[in-house]
Amino acid sequence: MSRAALLVLADGRFPAGGHAHSGGAEAAVRAGRITSAADLADFCRGRLQTTGLVAAALAAAAALGHDPAELDAAADARTPSPALRVAARKLGRQLMRAARATWPTAELDTVARAFPKGAHQPVVLGLTARAAGLGPEDAAHCAAYESVSGPATATVRLLGLDPFDATGVLARLAPELDGVVERAVSAARLAAVDGVDALPAASAPLLEIGAEAHAAWPVRLFAS
Amino acid sequence: MHLDHSHHTTPAPSADAHRPDGRRRALRIGLGGPVGSGKTATVAALCRALREEFSLAVVTNDIYTREDAEFLLREAVLPPERITAVETGACPHTAIRDDISANLEAVEDLEDAVGPLDLVLVESGGDNLTATFSKGLVDAQIFVIDVAGGDDIPRKGGPGVTTADLLVVNKTDLAPYVGSDLGRMAADAKAARGELPVVLQSLRSETGASEVAAWVRARLAAWTA
Repeated sequence: MSRAALLVLADGRFPAGGHAHSGGAEAAVRAGRITSAADLADFCRGRLQTTGLVAAALAAAAALGHDPAELDAAADARTPSPALRVAARKLGRQLMRAARATWPTAELDTVARAFPKGAHQPVVLGLTARAAGLGPEDAAHCAAYESVSGPATATVRLLGLDPFDATGVLARLAPELDGVVERAVSAARLAAVDGVDALPAASAPLLEIGAEAHAAWPVRLFAS
Repeated sequence: MHLDHSHHTTPAPSADAHRPDGRRRALRIGLGGPVGSGKTATVAALCRALREEFSLAVVTNDIYTREDAEFLLREAVLPPERITAVETGACPHTAIRDDISANLEAVEDLEDAVGPLDLVLVESGGDNLTATFSKGLVDAQIFVIDVAGGDDIPRKGGPGVTTADLLVVNKTDLAPYVGSDLGRMAADAKAARGELPVVLQSLRSETGASEVAAWVRARLAAWTA
C-alpha cells in the first residue's frame, strides 16, 4: 500500500462534497446538545461507536472486494432515516466523481454505471481505497475518521468553537478510533464468509431523528 | 492504474465539453460577487431576456439554503424544474471553487431532467472579493459589484474584479445617492482589467441587463460555433 495515497484520500480537502455536511452536528447544536468542546467529544464518541463503526465496516468490506450492490443494500438496512439515505447517496455520488478522476479504474466505472444516482458513501469510499491501492484497514480508518472530523469542523463554524479545542477532541479520540477500525475490519472479513449480516448494525436513534427534523428546516447552513 | 494518462473511456468530471453520449453539453456561466450586489436580480433579468431564444437552467448556491432559488421561483423567470439550489455548508466559495462536486451534480441533473440545455447559469452565494469559480465548473464567469458597496472596489481589485470574464457594476441609478463616482469606477476597472470588458448597468433603467445579455449571446455563439 501507499501511505501517501491514504493521506490524499483522508485529506479533508479531498473534493468529494463533505464540506457541506455536518454529520448531524447542526441539528445537535440547535437542540442544545452541543454547546462546548466537552459536548462535542461526547457527540463524536457516540457517532464513532455507531454510524462510524457501521461506515468503517462497510468501507472495509468494499475494499476487500465484497459485492457493492449487496453492501449498498446492507447500508440501506442500517440507515432508517430517509434523509440520511439521501445524504449518503449524494455523498457517494460526489465521492465517485472525485475517485474516478483521481484513481480511474474499470471497477469504479462499472459501479458508477450501476448506481447513476449514487451508492452509499462508505461503500464508494471502500471502492475508492481499493482503486488507490489501499487495504481494508485504510478504508475503515478513513470512514471512521470522517464520521467525527465532519462534525468537529462543522461545530467550529456553527458555534465559533475554538478550532484548537475541536482538533484536540479528535486527537483524544484517536485510540478509540483505532479500536473501532479493528472491530470493523474483523466484521468485514467475517462478512466475506458469512455474508453481510455479519456487519455491525449499531444505530444512533437521535442522529436519525435529528436528521429527519433537520431536513425539514427552511433555513440551515449544512445539507445534513 | 493509468494516472499519467489524462484520457480514459468514461470521463468522470467536469470541464469536458461533451456529455457521455457525445453531444456538446450546455455552456456554463458563473455569476459571483459580494452579498447584495444584485447577482440574483441579474440572473432573473438574463432569464427574462434569453428564455425565448435558448433552453436555460439556473443553479443557485445559497449560504442559507434556498433563499435565492425561491426568489427566482416567485419571480417565475423560469419553470420551477429549471431551477436548482445547492447547499454550501457555510462556505459558498468552497462549493464553486475548491470542491465543485455538488454543483456539477446539480448541472448534470438539470441536463437529465429538462435537457438538452443551451445555457446553465450558476449563481454563487454572496461572498467576498476573492471568490471565483473553478474552470472545472464554469466556462466563463461574471463578477457583479454595485456602486453602493463603495466606489473604491474596482481599485482594490482582487481575483473577481481583475480576472472575471465580465465585470458588472450594478445599481448605477444609486450613484448620486451614495456618493459614488461612476467615472472613477469605470477608469479603475479599466486599469485593473486591461482588455477585459466592464458593463455599468441599472436594472431599473430601460436597458436593464441588455448589455450583459448581449455578452452572454456572444459567448453562446462562440460555444456552439
